[in-house]
Amino acid sequence: MNELSLLGLGADGWGDELLSGLLVTVQLAVTTLPLGLLIGFAIAGASLSEQPWLRRFGRAYTTAARGIPELLTLFLVYNGIAMLLNAAWRALDPDAGFVELSPFIAGVIALSVVFGAFSGEVLRGAFQALDQGQIEAGQAMGLSRLDQFRFIKLPQIWRFALPGLGNLWVNLIKDTALVSIIALNDLLRMTNIAVGATKQPFTFFFVACAAYWILSILSELVLAVLEKRANRGVRRA
Amino acid sequence: MHPFKMLSEYGPLLLEGAWLTIQLSGLALLIGALLAMPMSVARCSPRAWLSVPVRIYISFFRGTPMLAQLFLVYFGAGQFRHELQAVDLWWLFRDPFYCALLTFVLNTTAYQAELLRGGILGVPRGEVEAARAYGMSAWLRYRLIVMPHAYRIAFPALGNEVILLLKGSAIASVVTLFDLMGQTRAIFAKSFDFSIYLWAALLYLLITMVIVRIWRYLEKRINPHLQRRVIQAPKAVKTAVTATE
Repeated sequence: MNELSLLGLGADGWGDELLSGLLVTVQLAVTTLPLGLLIGFAIAGASLSEQPWLRRFGRAYTTAARGIPELLTLFLVYNGIAMLLNAAWRALDPDAGFVELSPFIAGVIALSVVFGAFSGEVLRGAFQALDQGQIEAGQAMGLSRLDQFRFIKLPQIWRFALPGLGNLWVNLIKDTALVSIIALNDLLRMTNIAVGATKQPFTFFFVACAAYWILSILSELVLAVLEKRANRGVRRA
Repeated sequence: MHPFKMLSEYGPLLLEGAWLTIQLSGLALLIGALLAMPMSVARCSPRAWLSVPVRIYISFFRGTPMLAQLFLVYFGAGQFRHELQAVDLWWLFRDPFYCALLTFVLNTTAYQAELLRGGILGVPRGEVEAARAYGMSAWLRYRLIVMPHAYRIAFPALGNEVILLLKGSAIASVVTLFDLMGQTRAIFAKSFDFSIYLWAALLYLLITMVIVRIWRYLEKRINPHLQRRVIQAPKAVKTAVTATE
């Protein structure tokens, strides 16, 4: 069988399996993004808080989540939360069986923890780059705190943070590959399965790499458009 | 298990793993640094036949997961076993250590070249022009003027790359290597003691913190002119300054 038919969509081609894996990869990244951003905003808020203990917490979280390998974080979450769940389960029902955390949920949690730490730093930088005078102007005009956030802060945070968040998004897509190690059927694991059956490792891993590559390049193109839009009101030096 | 007993039983294994992690990433970073230098120069070249292949190389290695790259090298080589045996390179691809090292080198070269490119572009034009006016050859110009300054500019970002690669090297455990992550997973499989993950995390944090410290020190050494200086003003002047503020 030649290589093209191996990648076909039919019953004896692996194209459809790879595509289903690609879908899981994209789902994982898209589910993680809002959760990670939420954590990021919380961490940025904590790091900029007036409460010293909140600032300390923000700094400790950022240092830990950025300094530990993503793979280790994944195992910490996957095994740790499963153990906690089991302990809690057994306390409620002594003869309960062993529950396992779904790899997808473990992946979303672990990647969100990491994304939250990195995006927290990006967002903190964006908050600090805000022009203080504009916020004062908003106060002087009698805008409520929510309106200040919506009309003055958020559009500019978006503009300042977009390049950094874009990089993190591409990193997130690449980090999803790690979840294949805990047996989530994402693109890389489906590729592994295809390699086991076809004995064509280079061909298939190259195709997988190309798929990730296309995702990254597409993301960069979309980000360039978003950045242009976010900066449309800014005069260039 | 009691933490003390845990450490006395598995501590040496963890440290052994940490040493392999440091060896793998350190070696990869060094070789990568050597390769990144000519590559970043080629990336900045106005000649398309030089810059375009480097651009594609950098884009590929930065745009795909390092785990997929590792699989491509480690498992993918098997597809060319006979060819590799014919040119006597099979020993390299048969060994997981060399495969991981090769992958990390390819990966970090791409990242370092891109960071260094930023540095080269940041060298003031006047310096380059002055070097030209002195009649320096391109080689001399890069060696004495452009590269030293480019490294100074890119230095903080290169520190980030050191930490990223160190963390990324944890995937070596997937190809049967017993680096820090590999030892940790093996110990967990034996003991089912969750605390081993926490010890490993602590060890990784410790290594990154040491790197951050070393990098900060080196940065001070190579960029002394960029350090924030505290000038002790006489008391009278100091109050005068605060009064005008």
